Amino acid sequence: MGIWSCLGVTLDEVRQSLYDGRSGIVFSQERKDCGFRSALCAQVPQADLKPFVNRNFRQFMPEEAQYAYMATRDALAQARLDQDYIDQHEVGIIYGNDSVAEATMRSLDKFRQFGSTAACGSGAIFQSMNSTVTMNLACLFHLKGINLTASGACASGSHSIGLASLLIRTGLQDCVVCGGAQEANMYGVASFDGIQSFALRDDATRASRPFDRDRNGLVPGGGAATLVLESYESAVRRGAPILAEVVSWGFSGNGDHISTPNVAGPARSLELCLEHCDVQLKDIGYVNAHATSTRIGDAREAQAIAQVFGDYRVPVTSTKGQTGHEMWMAGASEIIYSVLMMKNDFIAGSLNFENPDEETACVNVVPETREAHFDTFLSNSFGFGGTNSTLIIRNL
Amino acid sequence: MSRNEIIEQVNSLLSEEFEIEQSEFAPEASLKETLQLDSINLVDLIALVQMTYQITIPVEDLHKIQTFNDLYNYIEEHLPA
Repeated sequence: MGIWSCLGVTLDEVRQSLYDGRSGIVFSQERKDCGFRSALCAQVPQADLKPFVNRNFRQFMPEEAQYAYMATRDALAQARLDQDYIDQHEVGIIYGNDSVAEATMRSLDKFRQFGSTAACGSGAIFQSMNSTVTMNLACLFHLKGINLTASGACASGSHSIGLASLLIRTGLQDCVVCGGAQEANMYGVASFDGIQSFALRDDATRASRPFDRDRNGLVPGGGAATLVLESYESAVRRGAPILAEVVSWGFSGNGDHISTPNVAGPARSLELCLEHCDVQLKDIGYVNAHATSTRIGDAREAQAIAQVFGDYRVPVTSTKGQTGHEMWMAGASEIIYSVLMMKNDFIAGSLNFENPDEETACVNVVPETREAHFDTFLSNSFGFGGTNSTLIIRNL
Repeated sequence: MSRNEIIEQVNSLLSEEFEIEQSEFAPEASLKETLQLDSINLVDLIALVQMTYQITIPVEDLHKIQTFNDLYNYIEEHLPA
């Protein structure tokens, strides 16, 4: 696993931030000055690729591809996948990404300003496609297996892991790099702010408050998270460190409203995920919720979880209280956050959860970090257009 | 703008854009080889000239610009009055 996030740029930093309940959210004067209704966002460190990637390759990489490169570099190192091995074996990539707004805007601004397509520069076409992350990483790391971008809105990262696990399970691939990337600049979310979805609160670190009674919107985040998925046999053969198993993937579509979720769609995603594996409800020691801190989204997810889990009040948190909504990246980063908790025997408290409301009281939200041993967790990711993805992960 | 000013500014811009030390530049050196340009990032050279000097280099003129000197000459000849 490798990550580039507002909670840290190494797994150790992120583990500590999770344990300590540190918020990665800040107030951005730049966004306020530019006309944002909500000027809160995650503070994602800039990535410096100069020591690793030459200028001509960096020209093709927008911000999120740079985050993804740094995360992938660390993930490959942790998985002990060196370049020699990659060169001699078929390693694939499926990565979640669903926008490249700033890069697209900047190249088209030059086109319009100078009245010439050449003014866009050589990198513009490669930077401005949704598949920019997979096209760049596949070339830089010489990946010769599947090469595909999963664009499933805020479930993109989760879908990438689900798809990769499916290809491995069916024997079509032995090893797939997967994850999710999210641009953190303001242009990527200006129109999202425009539909009044973002949190309004003076205290930035208290603004993202999933499941809490006083939540009033999400806070946009960003970065990248990479996981290496590999068949058990291949990993054992290589002597690779094995962290966990992707036990099952469930998915569904709401077939309903473009932005307002329902209960039935997410519930079917959870049910399908549970149906396709031998995991019993009581085996699941933790649920990492999608909950983004919006009124309706959190309420509908709480109801879906309660409906599926019945009498079992499984511990639930949303790490978005600390990170904000990492959108295209979230489904992958939240698997990493949860694995870090699982491997280190704790559940990070759902930051800023103080009181439930009538609709979220049906789930057992853990407010403070606590020591807890669990060997299986479930992670939800839902997105615009009613795309739902659920993963169950088991400790190994 | 004098020729020396053009040379100084162009070298500085090229060095920054393509991340190559100016000490590697020479008047008769090949731009493509020195700046490690291929058919794709050659566009960045065209864009740089266009954005800095408001000079559009038509594709048919590209073959005339092989060396640093060729580039200085082209800019000098086409600078808007």
